[in-house]
Amino acid sequence: MADSEVTDQSGPKDGIERAKNEGKELTKEEKQRLRKEKKQQKKGKEKKDDKAPKESQKEKPPAAAAQPSTQPSTQPSTQAPSQKVCSAVPAPAVAAAAAETTAAKEKPTKSKAELKAERRARQEADRASKQGKKGDGAQAAPAKSKAAPSELQPVVKRLPEHIQVDNPDVLKKLAKKLERQQIPLRSDYGYKVSLFSHLHQYSRKAPLTQQLSIPSSVIHPAIVRLGLQYSQGIVAGSNARSVALLHAFKQVIRDYTTPPNEELSRDLVNKLKPYISFLNQCRPLSASMGNAIKYIKKEISNIPNQCKDKEAKNKLLNCIDCYINEKIVLAAKAIAKYAIEKISDGDVILVYGCSSLVNNILCEAFEKNRKFRVIVVDSRPRLEGREALRRLVQRGIRCTYVLISAVSYILPEVSKVFLGAHALLANGYVMSRVGTSQIALVAKAFNVPVLVCCETYKFCERVQTDSFVSNELDDPDDLIVTRKGKTQLENWQDVELLGLLNLVYDVTPPDFVDLVITDLGMIPCTSVPVVLRVKNVDM
Amino acid sequence: MCVGELTAGTMELQAVLMAAGGGSRMTDLTYNTPKPMLPVGNKPVIWYPLNLLERVGFEEVIVITTKEVQKMMSTDPKIKEIRIKLDVVCIQEDGDMGTADSLRHIQQKIKTDILVLSCDLITDVALHEVVDLFRAHNATMAMLMSKTHEFTETVPGQKGKKKAAEQRDFVGVDHSGKRLLFMANEADLEDGLSIRKSIMRKHPRMHIKTGLEDAHLYCLKKAVVDFITENKSISSIRGELVPYLVRKQFSKTINNSKMKEDTEDQSQKTSDCLASHELLISSQDECLLQLAQERSCWNDHRGDMSEAYHGGKLRCYVHIMDQGLCFRVNTLAAYIEANRLAPKLFEEPAVHPSAVISEKCQMGSDSIIGEKCQISDKTSIKRTMIGNYTSIKEKVKVANSIIMHHVTIEEGCNIQGSVICSNAVIGRGADLKYCLVGNGQSIDAESERTNEVIVGSDQLMEI
Repeated sequence: MADSEVTDQSGPKDGIERAKNEGKELTKEEKQRLRKEKKQQKKGKEKKDDKAPKESQKEKPPAAAAQPSTQPSTQPSTQAPSQKVCSAVPAPAVAAAAAETTAAKEKPTKSKAELKAERRARQEADRASKQGKKGDGAQAAPAKSKAAPSELQPVVKRLPEHIQVDNPDVLKKLAKKLERQQIPLRSDYGYKVSLFSHLHQYSRKAPLTQQLSIPSSVIHPAIVRLGLQYSQGIVAGSNARSVALLHAFKQVIRDYTTPPNEELSRDLVNKLKPYISFLNQCRPLSASMGNAIKYIKKEISNIPNQCKDKEAKNKLLNCIDCYINEKIVLAAKAIAKYAIEKISDGDVILVYGCSSLVNNILCEAFEKNRKFRVIVVDSRPRLEGREALRRLVQRGIRCTYVLISAVSYILPEVSKVFLGAHALLANGYVMSRVGTSQIALVAKAFNVPVLVCCETYKFCERVQTDSFVSNELDDPDDLIVTRKGKTQLENWQDVELLGLLNLVYDVTPPDFVDLVITDLGMIPCTSVPVVLRVKNVDM
Repeated sequence: MCVGELTAGTMELQAVLMAAGGGSRMTDLTYNTPKPMLPVGNKPVIWYPLNLLERVGFEEVIVITTKEVQKMMSTDPKIKEIRIKLDVVCIQEDGDMGTADSLRHIQQKIKTDILVLSCDLITDVALHEVVDLFRAHNATMAMLMSKTHEFTETVPGQKGKKKAAEQRDFVGVDHSGKRLLFMANEADLEDGLSIRKSIMRKHPRMHIKTGLEDAHLYCLKKAVVDFITENKSISSIRGELVPYLVRKQFSKTINNSKMKEDTEDQSQKTSDCLASHELLISSQDECLLQLAQERSCWNDHRGDMSEAYHGGKLRCYVHIMDQGLCFRVNTLAAYIEANRLAPKLFEEPAVHPSAVISEKCQMGSDSIIGEKCQISDKTSIKRTMIGNYTSIKEKVKVANSIIMHHVTIEEGCNIQGSVICSNAVIGRGADLKYCLVGNGQSIDAESERTNEVIVGSDQLMEI
């Protein structure tokens, strides 16, 4: 409205007087007045620029109808990604409230309801100012979430340390944490390709045990052994790693005795933390391992205090056995049952790399006398397909072996593609061995159905849309190969502009995946959040 | 919350140091001083493995030795500097007890896997390499070997060229160089080297090496100690136990189920005991380990249809050092070499602060002077170890020699390439080249000796 723009400079008093005179347009004028006040506050406090729209939310009740138009416009901006809620938020609210109170004084003819609203505003402003004095950003966050009841409790997550390697502050924090836990820090090796310089890159020839004492006294020997097996690749594969981890934890629990004046439920969890850091240093934890650890920690904390040591330990050992039995062994059987329905006679099935679950399915299908043949696709430098090939041929299944460069050559022959997964992310993306997304893409182009087999304990709440943000860098020296006595890449470190990249994982978008076979049934890729929600309710 | 120490039951490795050996190959030196206490770089030989264990992080060692050595150890200042707790177990000196017998003797003290060392090992190996093999592959035995060190110094008392090749060891390793497939000494192979078909089938590519020296450092599982306890016929670790374990890796009885009768086994009736023991190695969660191994996509070999490790439970590994120092002080030549190299291992002041050295003395930088020595004017000392309480008078030239404790060297002597044991007295003007002067001997003045071993007459009676 033209009038309001003219009176922009004159401040709230003129607007209020006009409001007195013009009864009908009171609310609109008030709206504009408040908008003007906001603008002035913005100009006045440029630092807290982005908080100004937030403080408008706190003014909800006061000028009653004044807010509706401003609120929707500001709401989306509040959802904007400022993770750290400044304590300055309430400050403009105070100023606004102050403006409100002055306005109230000048309007003795205001109705009781309006007075009440203003009182409420004042109270809220006081509360907000107290919070501001405390400087507690966290308390402002629930206030923010109250304003957006439609969302499920947005959790403010910190970025994990392992994808912030190029940030020296994060590294310093990590070093301090490891020092406190008496675990040596493993140093990165070699030149990292710039796109992945935020990830760790370790050398297999420099194991963490170099810096540990022999015999290891700080870390349980079973955990040291496990860490070595992880870093040398002796235990590889999502399921194998989880089972080995739980086995080692069983030994730790068996050898554990509660110190005096401590409770098992709290002390044991604290004992496990440095072990987990150690294993993380040896090789970054997988999603399945993370879920297993969460489960154990929950079980440990749920142990009642009156429980004696021996009973508690037995209970925990039983829990671990049950977990492995249910989530891994029985889940594999259930998945095999569903998957076998999908395998028909005369099928040509393509598999990639060595997935224990897919191998299991194929072996069971073969035992149930389905007639099919398998094409094993393999890729350097791990060449895991050779192991898959060995296991399948040992059973008597007819196999063909190609490298991934020949996948578009062989796909016209293929009727189905079975892929294993390392983890299933909350937005339906499949995280698996590098090369999987390529195969899924080519299969999609040839209209070949892609079926991903994954147990539910590998579902994780992370969301990722590309393979760069969070990945694992393996030892770059693995890419060096010696043929006919010549090793071309021997001195790759001396060449300045050369970087070797050995990625381990990649993510496949759900558009390329036709079906996910889990122990809960056959679901589409986009139903993963549903499963997660069901799981959370259960837990 | 402190991360805390583990209880005794969860200790990973126990160290056992074998120091009861007699030094049978260097009797000239050892007839008075037992081998563990011979000075190398002015520290007793036993100090070196103890120092290795201390550096690596051990807190306790079980030392198996004789009473005499224990007495000497308790008075030696260098041993007192060592901070590890020494649990000394004394055994009889008559030499009937082999290393395996000694392990049987201390069987109650052993609660977990052990690391067995010999007292005469001088090395700067990164011990984690050996222990990592032991841990990662869940091995029954892991040992250390190194390329044979050529001794270049002239050894006193050796006439002519060095003896022709001593009894060589034939060591067979797989393509990765880590798994031990075959081990035999030349003495045991009369007709030739024969390799079993089962080994060739499983490991078609085997590298057989002869230029390796065993460092006598072994990591053994506790089950092996239990096995030795049961089988009193095994008396030496190196001579009998190790070849037995290496052979047993490919024995049929191990790979089959526990209940199988060993009809096809050869001479040893001990095999079924071993089978039952070795199979009882792991903890109660054998099935979980099995599950993890099944699900893992790793194999230690490729080209055939069998699973990782060919399904065998008994595995022996070896770490072969190609760089660095590693040898055993069990011959005179090795002893002299040790004295040359040992000072380079540690950075310590070459001259002990309490030694009195006159200013007109020429001393090379690679010499070591011990405690309370007295070195007079116009002496020249090059590449020599001089022990404690030794006095050297004027105008003496000493080069490339080893002089032990409490030795007196009169004026005008010329000593080259020699080893002079404790309490010896070298007369005035004596000229010694490449000699070995035994303990307590005295050399007459103005005598000239070249390439001789001078020991007492009572020593000559021993054969």
